Amino acid sequence: MDIKLDFEHKQSAHCENGVVSNLLRFYGIELSEPMIFGIGSGLFFSHMPFLKIDGIPVTSFRPLPGVIFSRISKRLNIKFIRRKYRRNPQKAMLALDRNLEKGIPTGMLVGVYHLSYFPDPYHFHFNAHNIVVNGKENGKYRISDPIMEDFAELTSKELTRVRYAKGTFAPKGHMYWVKENPRNINLEEAIKKGIRQTGKNMLTIPINMFGVKGIRFMAKKVRAYPEKLGPKKAALFTGQIVRAQEEIGTGGAGFRFMYAAFLQEAAQVLNNPKLFDLSKDMTAIGDMWREYAIITGRIVKNRNKADESYDLAANQLLKIADKEEDFYKSLLASIK
Amino acid sequence: MKAKEVPQDDADMMRGIFREPVYSVDEKGKYTTVRSVGWDPKNAVMQQAWDNINEKIEAVRQKVLAGKLSPIAFYMEKQIMDTGLLAKYMGLWRWKVKRHLKPKYFNQLSDDILQRYAEIFDLTAEELKNIDKIKSEE
Repeated sequence: MDIKLDFEHKQSAHCENGVVSNLLRFYGIELSEPMIFGIGSGLFFSHMPFLKIDGIPVTSFRPLPGVIFSRISKRLNIKFIRRKYRRNPQKAMLALDRNLEKGIPTGMLVGVYHLSYFPDPYHFHFNAHNIVVNGKENGKYRISDPIMEDFAELTSKELTRVRYAKGTFAPKGHMYWVKENPRNINLEEAIKKGIRQTGKNMLTIPINMFGVKGIRFMAKKVRAYPEKLGPKKAALFTGQIVRAQEEIGTGGAGFRFMYAAFLQEAAQVLNNPKLFDLSKDMTAIGDMWREYAIITGRIVKNRNKADESYDLAANQLLKIADKEEDFYKSLLASIK
Repeated sequence: MKAKEVPQDDADMMRGIFREPVYSVDEKGKYTTVRSVGWDPKNAVMQQAWDNINEKIEAVRQKVLAGKLSPIAFYMEKQIMDTGLLAKYMGLWRWKVKRHLKPKYFNQLSDDILQRYAEIFDLTAEELKNIDKIKSEE
């Protein structure tokens, strides 16, 4: 069976946005990555010292995997079919083939570790990566991976392996596709809902690990790192924050630039010039996060010596928190 | 950030396979994406994470060569796994996998179990048992 769907692949910074954007384009709906990200309220912040990966506290600039996806589905009234094939890889692959025969591009969750086309430094056991399979030629599946610039290929064996990666967020053969051609999209309303939730999440969650409070909380922790952990471990902990901010497909500055891009588009759709000004504010906040990364980069390079820049890093985070707090207040006010 | 100021600090982190889109503002003030090969602070924290992993692998390698741990311990570390994750791949209890890290139990493993470990590590069972192979790994 040789199948090649007429599927356009566009690279994106983040996989979840990218897969949704690419899937919707197939059905004639052109929404950019920032638009998907904004409507899905993808901007977030959390710092969770009790939750550790490899002994290092988890910091995240986005909600849990899958959340953007389900919000988009709800807010744009797009129905997806989702299937899991817990213990039956053969069935999962057959179901995929059947979908392709019907001409349905099929999204799925995979583990990154064994993804053969990824460069080595990106091989981690991260299991909530999204791709779209959109063809099969000479026994190889044609993959639209949002992280890649072009299409990629996987053999059946390779694809089965990544669909059944084990560990946190194990995909268990999970796949999803658009149920019916989306209709009745109310873009204006969806944008407003997305904005409202982002503002609320960043300002009002009554736990100090989330939103703007989370940034201040992290500042306190970072300041205490060198004393508490010693130079090497302190550098590892603070370096991890910048990895979450810059490495994991954020489009720069922990999604802040992507959000600014969303606000520009939203300003046009809603014909609301205030959002255009807010986009500029968000760009400035993104630049502040980049400065924070530069301070941290210096700490990491000098990691075997005692370093005094932790105070500088913590102060920068506090400045960012103040700016972000004002920003979300104005953001909520702008769409009232 | 301005589009023309998007850093292009190449530390070969992406092995030339792709570049990452960075959102930035063009000359007319409009948002666009620029593909970047890397940025110095980002490269530094990625390198730090891998240095940390490689140090751990080397420490385990030395213990395997000294006969304190089994080859499974080395390949587990090399694949950035812990006993919990490896146990899930093996479909075994974690305490069993922990045991298999000890040379004494490793040497008693059945061919079937050895074969399953080997497959997870992309090795043959012979390669998994071969300490010389670990000697040459660095």
